[in-house]
Amino acid sequence: MKDEVTREERVTNLKGLGSSRKRVEDARFTQGKGHYVDDINLPGMLTGDFVRSPYAHARVKSINIDAAMALDGVVAVLTAKDLEPLSLHWMPTLAGDKQMVLADGKVLFQGQEVAFVVAKDRYIAADAVELVEVEYEELPVIVDPFKSLQSDVVLREDLDPNAPGAHGPRKHHNHIFTWEVGDEDGTNAVIDDADVVATEEMYYHRTHPCPLEPCGSVASMDKVNGKLTLYGTFQAPHVVRTVASLLSGIEEHNIRVVSPDIGGGFGNKVGVYPGYVCSIVASIVTGVPVKWVEDRMENLMSTAFARDYWMKGKISATKEGKITGLHCHVTADHGAFDACADPTKFPAGFMSICTGSYDIPIAYLGVDGVYTNKAPGGVSYRCSFRVTEAVYFIERMIEVLAIELNMDAAELRRINFIKKEQFPYDSELGWEYDSGDYHTAWEKALKAVDYEGLRKEQAERVAAFKRGETRTIMGIGLSFFTEIVGAGPVKNCDILGMGMFDSCEIRIHPTGSAIARLGTISQGQGHATTFAQILASEIGIPADSITIEEGDTDTAPYGLGTYGSRSTPVAGAATAMAGRKIRAKAQMIAAYLLEVHDDDVEFDVDRFVIKGAPERFKTMGEIAYAAYNQAIPGLEPGLEAVSYYDPPNMTYPFGAYVCVMDIDVDTGVPKINRFYALDDCGTRINPMVIEGQIHGGLTEALAVALGQEIAYDEMGNCKTATLMDFFLPTAWEVPNFETDFTVTPSPHHPIGAKGVGESPHVGGVPCFSNAVQDAFRPFGNRHTNMPHDHWRIWKTANDLGLHD
Amino acid sequence: MTNQIVKMTVNGEKKEILAEPRELLIYVLREKLGLSGAHVGCETSHCGACTVEIDGKSVKSCTMFAVQAEGAKITTIEGLGTPDNLHVLQENFKEHHGLQCGYCTPGMITRAHRLLQENPNPTEEDVRFGISGNICRCTGYQNIVKSILSAAAELNAAKEAAQ
Repeated sequence: MKDEVTREERVTNLKGLGSSRKRVEDARFTQGKGHYVDDINLPGMLTGDFVRSPYAHARVKSINIDAAMALDGVVAVLTAKDLEPLSLHWMPTLAGDKQMVLADGKVLFQGQEVAFVVAKDRYIAADAVELVEVEYEELPVIVDPFKSLQSDVVLREDLDPNAPGAHGPRKHHNHIFTWEVGDEDGTNAVIDDADVVATEEMYYHRTHPCPLEPCGSVASMDKVNGKLTLYGTFQAPHVVRTVASLLSGIEEHNIRVVSPDIGGGFGNKVGVYPGYVCSIVASIVTGVPVKWVEDRMENLMSTAFARDYWMKGKISATKEGKITGLHCHVTADHGAFDACADPTKFPAGFMSICTGSYDIPIAYLGVDGVYTNKAPGGVSYRCSFRVTEAVYFIERMIEVLAIELNMDAAELRRINFIKKEQFPYDSELGWEYDSGDYHTAWEKALKAVDYEGLRKEQAERVAAFKRGETRTIMGIGLSFFTEIVGAGPVKNCDILGMGMFDSCEIRIHPTGSAIARLGTISQGQGHATTFAQILASEIGIPADSITIEEGDTDTAPYGLGTYGSRSTPVAGAATAMAGRKIRAKAQMIAAYLLEVHDDDVEFDVDRFVIKGAPERFKTMGEIAYAAYNQAIPGLEPGLEAVSYYDPPNMTYPFGAYVCVMDIDVDTGVPKINRFYALDDCGTRINPMVIEGQIHGGLTEALAVALGQEIAYDEMGNCKTATLMDFFLPTAWEVPNFETDFTVTPSPHHPIGAKGVGESPHVGGVPCFSNAVQDAFRPFGNRHTNMPHDHWRIWKTANDLGLHD
Repeated sequence: MTNQIVKMTVNGEKKEILAEPRELLIYVLREKLGLSGAHVGCETSHCGACTVEIDGKSVKSCTMFAVQAEGAKITTIEGLGTPDNLHVLQENFKEHHGLQCGYCTPGMITRAHRLLQENPNPTEEDVRFGISGNICRCTGYQNIVKSILSAAAELNAAKEAAQ
């Protein structure tokens, strides 16, 4: 039989790896048929709403719910007293601490949950919230972590000040942990003896992931069957099921957790919030479904923030610019409860990737976590655990060292990059970088933007400014980042004891189409599109014939979820591995059908062919059918496979970014004239989706670097709880981005992919910040803190005498 | 509070609903009329996820009472295109990867639809300014702008061909 379709066409038809396949999700989203938590309406459903604390630190003297209960349509008002008999008035955090679900005697941050009103609709619930009378006695407020460590005021009275915390001894009643990596004495000795030392203190301000869809849940307790169904904005639905079971005492098989479509997560939807717990309890109490959806102000005031790291660095080098040592200390403001979302053994996440992309012979990192009267959190906002902080730190230290050496910062990076032949590279702080080719990426980036030309232009602009011919100055922002994503090996990475593997289960249907279910959950990344592409290339069934399903714990295999760019490195690997199991069985079926030995057939795009006689073959469609309708000796019927993948290592995507910016020194307004982003995420699954991820990550980087901030006043009032105050860039502020790439596959990942969703954010923040700081370098600037909003930029210009 | 009858035309169909005077239009659309395409993102008019078209204007339905829509003609995302015959904007958002999580998309497309009525030949700057009341957290807007410009070109080409 002559094959009329060419091999090339067969490859194209699969829409597998490397295809810019259009997204299958888009049909429903463009027609308004997405299905998000707030779209779930169950018969008899009630609405929950919170009474929240107006104070950042206060004793709760009394709560009177009588007036609220008397309001028509109010069904229940829950307080800590109601939750206490169930041991649900406190809940464990992901970081080994515990957090109040409802105020138990005191409140520790503004916006903290005090009581949960359950009513017939949202309007009645909101009325009832106003009718709950809470008597507070104000306590001294601490919003500064340094003052907190000196203060006699005990924030967490529930903790024994002398007992160790989840991460070892505590130095003070407001101290959470000390985490150290590396050789401090050795590092200090090297730095003390060095030719050149640069020191800098920098504050990576508190911000918030602020996905467009706020957090919410719908709990439905079916008392007849003893089953609890919980819908919610969960980036890790399986972990939520386990936590819900442990907290409620309901056996895990009687809990079904569903993450429907999620309107963006960016780390905000990893943790467990009081609203989820209260909706469950309220449904158990009332016997009907209960919905809780927060509003924007509640989202910004009470759900997980990001960053808030006070970083102190020392970096030493030879006169020629070869880095000899790096010392970093962080004072980490965790707010009222330690609710960071990090793997258990890493209380400061992967901050120890702070040696960056450079071959640094000795280094030390120390982190002290501190309680303050601010909202809890510390999640990875569009990054792997604390990697944005680490990369910002090292990329600023490089710039400061360049100033100290009076050297070009691009050249300083070039001198210190880990060389291609050094991979796999063991970093001084304990990571094994899997693969990289930094010099190639750097040279490509510098050439693409004509770096030398830019520096000449900048020098001319400085001269023109000094001559009084212009009031704008020009900044060239550089950054080179190495991410660490895809947590992680189960041996050292877990969340609440659950190893951070991930999973994929595939069923091939008799007519040759398939369904694959994964332990992850898309929040806009396009998993239904891209995971089908991985599978298409592995098993030879067109991506268009493969359904991808995630987020329902009753049907999907257990997985740790989607955050820290782990979906492609871990679940993507599981998908490839499960696909290979399918292929192995398909090979046996094909050999049987072709009446040859298993070893005599080989896989070719979408079929198995007899080696040396490719005209004799069985397509995957034929093989799938045979799996269900033929009795094949020694083989079970059906064609299914499952893989639980424990990655041997993390993956290390990297990239080189350049930002060219003009700054009006009189208004402080920056104008981005060019942004070039080169990303190396290993094997590229869908270039269109990758580009989209990079645009989005860079935009969130622009936001954080240039204005987005969660700020508090001295009283602990959150000053940035609406979108009027909290900067989300619009189409007007965001430039067009130029994207580029190199491909350095991961040697340990089944298809060589490394993950990309968070790289642009990690690399983007220092690039934007460096552009601002570089513009002021010729006028004596060394370092100014983010966010570089118009006022702070104007202030920098003013401080440097540019308005004189 | 006493419910009031509100009559309006939604996506070409006459509707009569009962609403409390304080009930916001977005909730009536989403929960009483089952049109859940428009979303709630902020309830303060900043994000634009709730954008619908009312009597020829883009309106953020989270800050308008349903009773204020008495007699109004409303178009929501559900009124643009059908599964078998998508609107040019919907096609172009798919084609140019103009969406990711999909939460802003109905409001964004509804706004873009109005924008192209107001200005059928927008420049990139016009588009960027014209959608600046709609926030997207995922895409960085680049592909949204591309989608809208491409839809505009397609609509204009079709108009020219028809003449």
